[in-house]
Amino acid sequence: MKLNRRAIFGTITASTLAFSLAACGGGDDSADGDGEGVSGEITASGASFPDAFYAAAIDAYADVNPDLVLTYNAVGSGTGKSEFGEGINDFAGTDSLVGDDEGIEPGSYQYIPTVAAPITVSYNLPEVEGLQLSQETLAQVFQGDITKWNDEAIAADNPEATLPDTDITIAHRSDGSGTTSNFTTFLDEATDSWTLGAGDTVEWPANAVGGEKNTGVAQAIQDTEGAIGYVDLADANASGLVTASIENADGNFTQPTLEGTTAGLEGAVVNDDLSYNPLNASGPDAYPITAPTYIIIRTEYEDANVAAGVKEFLTWLLTDGQDLAAENDFAPLPDGLRQQALDALNETIAD
Amino acid sequence: MTATATPPSPEDLDLGGDSRARGADRGFRGLVTFAGLTVLIVLGLILVTTTLRALPAIQEEGVVGFVTGTRWAPNDDVFGTFVMLYGTLVTSLIGMIIAVPVSIGIALFVTEVARRGARKYIVTIIDLLATVPSVVFGLVGVLVVVPAITSSYQWFADLVAPVPGLQSIFGAANTGRNYFTAGLVLAVMIIPIITSISREVFATVPETDKQAAYALGATRWEMIKGAMLPHSFGGLVGASMLGLGRAMGETIAVTLVIGGSFHISANLFAPGNTMAAAIAQQWGESSGLHTDALVGIGVILFVITVLINFLARWVVRRAEIKMKGAHS
Repeated sequence: MKLNRRAIFGTITASTLAFSLAACGGGDDSADGDGEGVSGEITASGASFPDAFYAAAIDAYADVNPDLVLTYNAVGSGTGKSEFGEGINDFAGTDSLVGDDEGIEPGSYQYIPTVAAPITVSYNLPEVEGLQLSQETLAQVFQGDITKWNDEAIAADNPEATLPDTDITIAHRSDGSGTTSNFTTFLDEATDSWTLGAGDTVEWPANAVGGEKNTGVAQAIQDTEGAIGYVDLADANASGLVTASIENADGNFTQPTLEGTTAGLEGAVVNDDLSYNPLNASGPDAYPITAPTYIIIRTEYEDANVAAGVKEFLTWLLTDGQDLAAENDFAPLPDGLRQQALDALNETIAD
Repeated sequence: MTATATPPSPEDLDLGGDSRARGADRGFRGLVTFAGLTVLIVLGLILVTTTLRALPAIQEEGVVGFVTGTRWAPNDDVFGTFVMLYGTLVTSLIGMIIAVPVSIGIALFVTEVARRGARKYIVTIIDLLATVPSVVFGLVGVLVVVPAITSSYQWFADLVAPVPGLQSIFGAANTGRNYFTAGLVLAVMIIPIITSISREVFATVPETDKQAAYALGATRWEMIKGAMLPHSFGGLVGASMLGLGRAMGETIAVTLVIGGSFHISANLFAPGNTMAAAIAQQWGESSGLHTDALVGIGVILFVITVLINFLARWVVRRAEIKMKGAHS
């Protein structure tokens, strides 16, 4: 009897192992019928700011080349960059430039600009529409110097509005964020009152609430009356938030529209490594808080197939993919910058 | 004829049974001992590796500075964890203040008041609450509770505004993401644990004690107060401490509703942060000294939880000695 049971148990275990090994051995042999288009899997992660656009692009790209499967995880610029440094992803999305202590070796990466979008200053005050904020007032609000909505500085920017006596609650990112980096860089460069510095994380004042990613900040603004925070346009629209008009370098109050963003991009100076700064750009219609976002690719890929896949997808993103930008609340790159990006891509990943 | 027959010693005795059975017995002992040691080794390794990893950050601030510093600024290499410590203690305390009376009440209800037939169902439902994953509590907290409860907070704050002491504790409620909401969510999460253990403890009260109380003319409440609660005090403390341990370590549910602010406030309706939540929020983009500091927060949390466990055991033992001493 004992022998019988043991034999049965042994046979079952052996056959289970055999089946699972057989299943693993298959792998993905793609039917490379037409010979065009790279096949394989590409993993990417990074900034949540452009996530709405990248998600739509990847979805549309599945129709163009179904054999190349892409995944983009919006884990935040900071995590995306550290995963890039550790070799976990094939390319990373980031809103902020690579710093010295992020684990990425200089010279091992190349910036590829992809799109840009305005960082809206969204607020939750049901009675007040069309809020206007000058640059100095904006800095003082986000620093905690101005704590009530009916403060004289805000009233001075909005002579016709009746402002309530509500407390201001600042909504910010609780995780490390390129969006925070761009927003604080703008406040740092454009205003004299800003003292909190610039970076992926900043020491916010006491009347502040943190949210995870842009969607978390949008939610925090939605649930808190009297809240004001910085959110990308796609998430602000998705949550139905009201956006404030911000004073630009020329002194006009502009709304965070795609036209304002494109006006800001046109005036921006592009550096050699293709990083550029459209913040506080000059121009009558420019929206001052326009954030660039980049994809960083490796200068050397271990797997030639992965390199080919990355190049194919990014070439599409910089050509046909740009048409998808507007419908997802992002501004496509101006032609000059786009061509520079394509050239850099072709140089970095040579065929 | 021998005067006394001494039995042969175990080694000389041949009890029969094959050597395979004895080998299996030795193997069993070895396996079980190994399992027991594994737990100790793992615990020791956790403590040692986390402390070693956290040393650079702790040395930067000094142990006292690390624990009592009120400024947390990774950009400037300033790591003071007092804000998080305060948040953990406050939210756990609020959770306990809400959960312990409710749990004991439920346990008493189930053991004393409810009809026999209904007890099974009530117990099943309470245990179901324990199976809900923490992240679901967090989601319900941030999506449902936070928007709905802010106006109630403000109403309460306005109500107690004239009272000077209460005014600073229940101050302006600008946002629903604050210490109190986190405490509320924690309370709901620890109620099942405390209830189920309390229920078991109440069930061990000897029926004779209860009947004796009734015989002396006690009402139901007097019986509970006089016969049940003293007997179960140790167990109730133990149950509460288990609940406290869970509350202090709870991460994701608290992260979603605590508000992520690095400022201390006496106002329970102000946003704050806890140790577990801070680690979860900042882990992703941390590097170098910042990561070491986060591991240091983990070490502090570990140490506090161990201390609370020891405290709980000590209290339980003292209570039992007092109780058994009185009874015997």
